Amino acid sequence: MSTRLSKGGRLIDRSKPMGFTFNGKRMQGYQGDTLASALLGADQMLVGRSFKYHRPRGIVASGAEEPNALVGLGQGGRFEPNQRVTTTELFDGAVTESQNHWPSLDFDVGAVNDKLYKFFPAGFYYKTFMFPRAAWKHVFEPIVRQSAGLGKVPTARDEDRYEYAYGFADLVIVGGGIAGLTAALSAGRKGQRVWLIEQTAHWGGRAPVDGVEIDGKPADEWVRTAVETLEKMENVTLRLRTMASGLYDHGYLLAYERVADHTPGDGRPRHRLWRMRAGHVMTATGAIERPLSFAGNDVPGVMLASAVRDYVANWAVSPGDRTVIVTNNDDAYRTALTLLEAGLAVPAVIDARPEAKGALPEAVRARGVRVLTGHGVAKVKGAKRVTGVSVCMQAGEGAEIETIACDAIAMSGGWSPVVHLWSHCGGKLTWDEDHAMFRPDPTRPATGADGAAMVTAIGSANGMLRAADAVADAHMAAGSEGTAPKAVSAEEAPMSPVWIMPEGAGPALRMKMWLDYQNDVKVSDVQLAAREGYESVEHTKRYTTLGMATDQGKLSNINGLAVLSDALHQAIPATGTTTFRPPYTPISIGAIAGEARGEIFQPLRKTPMHDWHEVHGAHWEPVGQWRRPYCYLRTGEGVHDAVNREIRAIRNSVGLLDASTLGKIIVKGPDAGRFLDMLYTNMMSTLAVGKCRYGLMCTENGFLSDDGVVARLSEDTWLCHTTTGGAERIHGWMEDWLQCEWWDWKVYTANVTEEYAQVAVAGPNARKVLEKLGGMDVSKDAHGFMEWREGTLGGFRARVYRISFSGELSYEIAVPASEGRAFWDALLAAGEEFGVTPYGTEAMHIMRAEKGFIMIGDETDGTVIPQDLNLQWAISKKKTDYLGKRAQERSYMVSPDRWKLVGLETLDGSVIPDGAYAVADGVNANGQRNMQGRVTSTYYSPTLNKGIAMGLVKHGPDRMGEVLDFPVDDGKVIKARIVDPVFYDKDGEKQNV
Amino acid sequence: MLTLECPYCGVKAEETELQPGGEAHLKRYGPGSTDEEFDGYMFSRKNPKGVHFERWRHAYGCGKWFLAARCTATLEVFGTYPAQTSEPPAELQAKIKAKRPNWEGYK
Ligand SMILES: [Zn+2]
Repeated sequence: MSTRLSKGGRLIDRSKPMGFTFNGKRMQGYQGDTLASALLGADQMLVGRSFKYHRPRGIVASGAEEPNALVGLGQGGRFEPNQRVTTTELFDGAVTESQNHWPSLDFDVGAVNDKLYKFFPAGFYYKTFMFPRAAWKHVFEPIVRQSAGLGKVPTARDEDRYEYAYGFADLVIVGGGIAGLTAALSAGRKGQRVWLIEQTAHWGGRAPVDGVEIDGKPADEWVRTAVETLEKMENVTLRLRTMASGLYDHGYLLAYERVADHTPGDGRPRHRLWRMRAGHVMTATGAIERPLSFAGNDVPGVMLASAVRDYVANWAVSPGDRTVIVTNNDDAYRTALTLLEAGLAVPAVIDARPEAKGALPEAVRARGVRVLTGHGVAKVKGAKRVTGVSVCMQAGEGAEIETIACDAIAMSGGWSPVVHLWSHCGGKLTWDEDHAMFRPDPTRPATGADGAAMVTAIGSANGMLRAADAVADAHMAAGSEGTAPKAVSAEEAPMSPVWIMPEGAGPALRMKMWLDYQNDVKVSDVQLAAREGYESVEHTKRYTTLGMATDQGKLSNINGLAVLSDALHQAIPATGTTTFRPPYTPISIGAIAGEARGEIFQPLRKTPMHDWHEVHGAHWEPVGQWRRPYCYLRTGEGVHDAVNREIRAIRNSVGLLDASTLGKIIVKGPDAGRFLDMLYTNMMSTLAVGKCRYGLMCTENGFLSDDGVVARLSEDTWLCHTTTGGAERIHGWMEDWLQCEWWDWKVYTANVTEEYAQVAVAGPNARKVLEKLGGMDVSKDAHGFMEWREGTLGGFRARVYRISFSGELSYEIAVPASEGRAFWDALLAAGEEFGVTPYGTEAMHIMRAEKGFIMIGDETDGTVIPQDLNLQWAISKKKTDYLGKRAQERSYMVSPDRWKLVGLETLDGSVIPDGAYAVADGVNANGQRNMQGRVTSTYYSPTLNKGIAMGLVKHGPDRMGEVLDFPVDDGKVIKARIVDPVFYDKDGEKQNV
Repeated sequence: MLTLECPYCGVKAEETELQPGGEAHLKRYGPGSTDEEFDGYMFSRKNPKGVHFERWRHAYGCGKWFLAARCTATLEVFGTYPAQTSEPPAELQAKIKAKRPNWEGYK
């Protein structure tokens, strides 16, 4: 069993006990514990089940590399699944639960998968679920849905807050072990702006546990002094609990600070996402120990050797009373010494190497421990917990020599530098034969904006696994400022790579050698993939799911590709690694969202009349970042009824539309007319001052991009209206051409959209309302259709455009934005006797469709040219050039077979669904029905009391009166007749009064 | 995420402040051009692995379009310059040639 030792534990404070629960069971730990050490201290080794076979899973590691021990943490608005217990600090009152089992952790139905392992080989997703087809839907999917997936999705709204922060530094050092500290000291002394970040809550990394001495002091003491020195340097910033998640182009570094995970609910943001720019990055990210592949290496109680000594030294937790060490290197002997020091039993060290004569093995022998060189593990005994180990010769096939009783196994297959950050932005690796590991290749680093190296790996992250080398390396890399610290640690004899234990293990054993613990990928799976032709490591990864779990293969990758290389009979570097991608460890969605939630998820644009709309029942419609009233709901009224009421009011009397969102761009200068002639398909330079003209803009590819009314304000000034969503885009478009193509033309542009409030006053009584306000002559003779006038209207400085999008007598009036609300109120008061009715965007849309006016985004979709919409009248024949003209001359643009705009009238008066297609005879090359048209706008018209639609139909304008079939849902077909798209007031008499 | 210095306002702008505009130094072909010329102008882009000239707009800054020369493979930035020119500045071309002797020029 695992227990809390009575003495020791450099990171815990026994005077501060902390209570927590696991699956409802009350347990106790101390301040300074991780959830992992607290669980182990409470004898809870079994913490979860694996993904595929639902095998019992215990804690394997002590840090970010932990593949198994994920729990659901917290409750309600603070519940979060998949929290790694090895990197989660214990806090008082923590509520935790195990995952991926049903109905309980101890008795799990899904574990039957384990007995059926023959049916779940590599690539089982692709093989098993193929046939018969119906089986997926009715058999496999329900089972997979029930039993797959890690953890539960939180259901409550997140109670915590998150934030972004920004940091800038000459040098960011990632990792606060002795290498990182050494580098920070040197760079700090040089006066560089330095950030030193460490993912755990403690400085010093592994050195204090591994018995390193620096400058004659125990590592702990040196670390304390180093941190104190750094804290005094104003140019150095130190951050604990901050993990460098990813390194990107030009020194852009994302760091994830777990501000308040260990103090939930204390009012601070839970996580902070640092968006940093680093002049240079040093990765002092250390190394991760590799497991060994022997049968049963996934049984709870089998742990990394380094983790075992971490638990003893850091948290005074013994993973077992009797721990057998299995190794291929000297470092693991440190674990034996730590265990012995704590008074625990080490029945044997099983060393795969033919001999072990270094200082560390000799020290262990001197303590009376059996050291079995040339041996290996044939098999681990036990199911939910290790009960013993069956020993064999490493060189053989696994014949059992003896069984050693034990309740824990500490394994070490050597170390791999953490090269993730180094690799994220293109840094390359080299294979280090001596240590059987990939390490950063200093000749091929990631480069920055200046073409020079952007990253330097230092310390064990650079392959300097011994403390003395690591510290010297870091000091030099950081400019050798000040005295170099001198580290001393025990000498180590060479390790010997062991990828399978024992060497000659047969299929039965290989089927129980786990590579990826979380995803249940075994040695046999990778070998099968190789036999089936998967030669690329990236393909093998996807096929077997090796390294695809939430730990991203931190333990499994090197072992997996070594097995793959062996199966492919090639050297490991020839196989290469899979791509290292950010984030290094998972970061919370909350941190990514930051403050962008609720009201500030995105900034909203509001017109000066917004508050009035809100109070008066506005049913909002998002239009870009604007919110516009779709309609105004009266008490007890539905949306449909409101829209119809609004339309009838305008057609019979008068209505008001807040049109402030329309884009308004001033184009001014001696060459403004020439410029607009290039931008619009029609002629704008000939427009008389005081007049308005409807204009179309196309892309260079000929397709319609925007439309709107242009007014000529003076000899050299035009005001261009754009669609609501188009203002910024069109302004940018204008600037693009002015700055990059016609830079010698004398033209200025200004986007003045938000400078004006604009109101459409539409309906037969519109003129009467304006006359009541008084101050301007708005009579037919004084102010004709498509003209604008400036003056004072009801005391407001106003520019009045006589334009109509509804087909009614209509004025659009612009006033300064600051006076918009007062003007709106004045219009309401003046219109009261006429029953003036504010209307929303839907009434506007329907009325324009009744008039056959096109709408950008409805009739256009980026493939429609003006000619398709019968807008030839708005295309100048005189101009030699305009944007899109050359494109519209292409053969397929002038083809008579293009679909063209028509009106559509259903035979039964119903409304055709939006986007419905008209079918033609025959089928195409893919066996699908041929099409001859589609619906682009469709509404119920309260004016005409029937469904009306517009659509694009092949040869449409030549087929008036023809009836088309529009198949809709459930085999139903709607029949619609091709008609003129102008449904209402074809002669324009209403708007011309 | 790139940083490019805006040659107008001098700000070292992060990519989030910038709007990309594709390949620089394209010659516009309008009415009267052949189908091949127009097609090339409209659709053919170099997309090199190496030295590339690009259009960027300091959209959330001064609003100006500028041009940048950078390596698409290493992300090295050779320089940025105003958009009001039909070819890269001579000294920038010389600098690129010095750093990338095999570079065949911007055309
Ligand atoms: Zn700028």
